[in-house]
Amino acid sequence: MTMQTLPDSSGSDHAEPGRRFAGVGVSPGRVIGSILLMPQAVSEPAAGERLAEGISPEEASADLRAAAKAVQADLTERSIGASGTGREVLEATALMANDPMLITAAVKLITNGASAQRAIWDAAASVAEMLHNLGGYMAERAMDVLDVRRRIVAELRGVAAPGIPYSDMPFILVSEDLAPADTATLDPAKVLALVTSSGGPQSHTAIIARSLGLPAVVAAVGVDGLANGTEVFVDGAAGTVLVDPGADEAALAAAWEATSAALAVFDGTGRLADGHLVPLLSNVGGAQDAVNAAAAGAQGVGLLRTEFCFLERDAEPTLDEQVDAYRGVFDAFPGKKVVIRTLDAGADKPLPFLTDASEPNPALGVRGYRTDFTSPGVLVRQLQAIARAADGSEADVWVMAPMISTAEEAEHFAGLCTTAGLPTTGVMVEVPSAALTAASILEHVDFVSLGTNDLTQYAMAADRQLGPLAALNTPWQPAVLQLIRLTVAGSRDEGHDKPVGVCGEAAADPALAVVLVGLGVSTLSMTARALAAVAAVLGSVTLPEAQQLAALALTAHSAADARRIVRDKLPILDQLGL
Amino acid sequence: MSERTAVIASRVGLHARPAGIFVAAVGALPLEVTIAMAGEPADDAMDASSILSIMSLGASNGDTVVLRADGDGADEALDSLVKILETDLDAE
Repeated sequence: MTMQTLPDSSGSDHAEPGRRFAGVGVSPGRVIGSILLMPQAVSEPAAGERLAEGISPEEASADLRAAAKAVQADLTERSIGASGTGREVLEATALMANDPMLITAAVKLITNGASAQRAIWDAAASVAEMLHNLGGYMAERAMDVLDVRRRIVAELRGVAAPGIPYSDMPFILVSEDLAPADTATLDPAKVLALVTSSGGPQSHTAIIARSLGLPAVVAAVGVDGLANGTEVFVDGAAGTVLVDPGADEAALAAAWEATSAALAVFDGTGRLADGHLVPLLSNVGGAQDAVNAAAAGAQGVGLLRTEFCFLERDAEPTLDEQVDAYRGVFDAFPGKKVVIRTLDAGADKPLPFLTDASEPNPALGVRGYRTDFTSPGVLVRQLQAIARAADGSEADVWVMAPMISTAEEAEHFAGLCTTAGLPTTGVMVEVPSAALTAASILEHVDFVSLGTNDLTQYAMAADRQLGPLAALNTPWQPAVLQLIRLTVAGSRDEGHDKPVGVCGEAAADPALAVVLVGLGVSTLSMTARALAAVAAVLGSVTLPEAQQLAALALTAHSAADARRIVRDKLPILDQLGL
Repeated sequence: MSERTAVIASRVGLHARPAGIFVAAVGALPLEVTIAMAGEPADDAMDASSILSIMSLGASNGDTVVLRADGDGADEALDSLVKILETDLDAE
């Protein structure tokens, strides 16, 4: 990962032709397009702001009503283009924007002398508080009221609405960083590439970009100083953004368009040039994902993230709901392996019925398997649901727990699985202590799966979401590779060569996939989009070559060196634009 | 003043999608319609065209609510709204 310092990143709004921004490439692809900037967050109007001189309460109220109507019309228009849950949320939010209760309360404040912006700000705060106090589903809707408030204030100020810009033409989205809520409203048909000035390789921006197959560059300092409409060339493999591209870049973008079509095809068997088999599986979040992954040739599911079936739920899903959700995934892979992970709630994936949002350090808190300490019963019921879904299914169902730190925890989890009647049990290795004690852990379970995203953030003590730590937060760090090597060694020491898989983002990086196989990892699981690219690069090396590259990466001086040394020895990457 | 009672049929109660559909239907009427939980005084009734009011009402599946409206066509209008409330909108 190159993190070069820019010669000049003073944030001028005028793009100089040929100006180049260096960031971190997190999702390959080369495209040219016009940029749209994510609007600035809407700031709070000054406390106690009064009506401006010469503006009557009637005029201010009329302005507010007009702004509310405009926001409602905008959200309604957008809802027509949306589908599913996105559409329902937009429809309900549109109704809130012009809600009589909200507007009447704001007008009352204006009559008492408040400015229109301050009035809607305070009126919405009261409504949000009331909803929040009702708890559960209503408390979640409080966020929608606050979103509406920001939109109305933006409208009153005459600035762009917050959130992902809306455009008829495809564009390159430039922002400081994207939050999970932003990415949920991102339309992949309209966005050509993602570029952020902050954020790291494990940030949500990066994960979403890879799953949507969008080229992406993160931590490109200064790029958010460009003006809307600036034409740029984005290289998601090299991690560069070039202003006012020329003929060379146009040729590269055209070549990518041609190769990316070829890279979308995976023949369904992962193997090295010498025939050594490396099953390539897919990470999925539900039945629809699983169907797509099967269509993309995935040899099974290496990670079913069950929490994604139940995000935004305020109550534990019922047994029947769980059985249906899991069965949908199993049915997409008859005769194939499906590794299902028990609820990994906490940190950046809160589930209101399991996690405590007020923890000071959520990444180090009660998350993953640990929620069994504070909410006993949920895990046991989930295992029962998995067993019922597996019963009569043709899939080969494996179960694993996230955030295991000790052999004792692994033993306890294996016991719960046995009681539930689940025969193949494993754990995630994402806490460094688990990597260091892999041999003891594997005495109790049948397999382990490395979660490289969390393993990296814990090994490097670097928050995944923080842009300034992007260079630390890469699985190319030799320390992370050492932990992976130790996990494989632990499996050998245990004596039964139990499988060690990788289901983190690292598996989706074709160059790193070669290193992982060289380190002795037996299966790789990734977003379905990455299968073909990883298969193509694995097919270009033999096992001894992969082992040699792994040895070089392990002893590299830095993550950047490890990546450069390995990439230099894999010419196929450049040929394919990966 | 016309008045009707309705039993909430949607499994999630009168919020989320069912609330949105109901409020949109009220908004399309040329009348002012109020809604209250059965047994609550008419003075505490809420504006039925406000999704925020409807949500704060907190009507669950099986709860009885009272709709009230004045003016021409109030009876027909309330009948149509009762029909919406007594359908499981979440199942559709």
